[in-house]
Amino acid sequence: MMVYIQAVAVMVLLGAGLVLLLLLAGRFLCNYGTCNVTINGREPLKVKGGGKLLDTLYDNQIFIPSACGGQGTCGYCKVRVLSGGGPLLPTELPYLTGDEQAKQTRLACQVKIRNDIELEVKPEYLNVKRFRAVLSSATLVTADIRELHFTLCDGGQLEFRAGQYVQVSVPAKGGSVFRAYSIASTPSHPEELELLVRRIPGGLGSGYMHKLQVGDEAEFTGPYGEFELTAGDTELVCIGGGVGMAPMRSLIRHLAEVEPERSCWLFFGARTEEQLLYQKEFEALRKRMPNLHVVYALSEPEKSPGWNGETGFIHLAAERHLQPGVKRQAFLCGPPQMLSSARDILLGKELDDKDIFADEF
Amino acid sequence: MGTNSFIMIFLASMFANNILLAKFLGMCSFIAISRNMKTAFGMGAAVTAVTVCTALLNYLVYSGVLMVGSRFFPETDLTFLSFLVFILVIAGFVQLLEMILERFLPALYFSFGIFLPLITVNCAILGVNLFMIEQGLKYSFWQTSAFALGSGGGYWLAICLMAGIRKKLEGADIPKPLRGVGIAVIITGLIAMAFMGFTGMAEG
Repeated sequence: MMVYIQAVAVMVLLGAGLVLLLLLAGRFLCNYGTCNVTINGREPLKVKGGGKLLDTLYDNQIFIPSACGGQGTCGYCKVRVLSGGGPLLPTELPYLTGDEQAKQTRLACQVKIRNDIELEVKPEYLNVKRFRAVLSSATLVTADIRELHFTLCDGGQLEFRAGQYVQVSVPAKGGSVFRAYSIASTPSHPEELELLVRRIPGGLGSGYMHKLQVGDEAEFTGPYGEFELTAGDTELVCIGGGVGMAPMRSLIRHLAEVEPERSCWLFFGARTEEQLLYQKEFEALRKRMPNLHVVYALSEPEKSPGWNGETGFIHLAAERHLQPGVKRQAFLCGPPQMLSSARDILLGKELDDKDIFADEF
Repeated sequence: MGTNSFIMIFLASMFANNILLAKFLGMCSFIAISRNMKTAFGMGAAVTAVTVCTALLNYLVYSGVLMVGSRFFPETDLTFLSFLVFILVIAGFVQLLEMILERFLPALYFSFGIFLPLITVNCAILGVNLFMIEQGLKYSFWQTSAFALGSGGGYWLAICLMAGIRKKLEGADIPKPLRGVGIAVIITGLIAMAFMGFTGMAEG
């Protein structure tokens, strides 16, 4: 009997001793005190050290884009750490080019705040805010694409440019992750937010967005995105497919509101007729926009009997319709292969690389 | 110089009875971390540190509490607890090591990845602890420290040797089915045979 009591006592004492040792060690080793975080040379933020840069910035209302929830798997949360970031970690290397490494670019989700730190982030990130919104209506526009209309809570207003995107906070195991969706509504309605979401089987973000019921609340941050329409007589060329329609719809409806005379091309590619979006709406818009040209092309026309529009890949349709040498700005949104082929066509039409904006998904 | 002097025990456990090459303990981290000299060196240092610290602490616990004739419970035989106690102490020390590395050597900390917490279940470390009590306590405290230091150092030496050879192998034309782990295991066998040359230098 005695031996059991002694055995239990030994284990308890040993366990307690080790726990005490670790607690003490944690107290001294994991305590970094208060650190100053200086962003773009502004007034330093006083933060508690020891946290990940991304999370700490988030807590201080600075929303760096990130899709993976700080796991180091998306590579979106790039910031320049001018000093105090410590050595580059092996977990960051796959996401940073040599040029970025030379410029001290780091992934904010991997850098831990251990001392005072100096950062440079894109100025637009400092204007990003967090919003709550209620789903006011939702419809399926094709078999797998859902159009969601949100109304911002508490009179919030999202000031954005057409072509920008927001990050929706998606509840996940152990916190939340973010998914980026382009804004389909127009800047003239800052109290509203319209998104297009394609359902991906097993997808975390799209599953959440397809399950949301009217009246449910969602949280998002935004706006993000560098695209800016140039003013003047530049022609706008939009090429895309699938949910790439969202930003292009925002852009064209925005033009209809502010510059209906402006010349604008929309090339939209799909496999079958069922996947085409908003044909009637653009048909109606063309009455108000005399210089709007809309081209839909099907890559598998044999599955859509009765289709008498364009066929083949969408970048080839663009090649056929666009005349070279016109002053243009291009917005591309679609799958990577579509974007790279479309970019080649546009470069062949004498567009400058800097005038081609691509939003990949 | 007797066979039980500090230096002899150290050399014997490092070369003749190398924990990795003679006893083949701790193979998983040996194969996984030996791709790069820098991390291999760090891993060797970490394993050595944990081995020495835990062996000495476990020596004290074993001689003070667990064995018959111990300082605190001389009447009872608590040696059936030794596995549990040893693993617990090792796990605690690895936690401590993790904190220290994360604070002072973050780059090394991240290059270990999952293998840092896995030091807890590194057979080489538990092996050293268990060899120490194989036939009761065969060594004194100081001899045990030599034994642990030698065994840890042996692991350190072996993993660095392996990393050096694998670096050389990068340019070699290895038959396709053997690339990676296959050739690594064959080389381990060859180094082990070379180490057999030390047998007889000292009795473990």
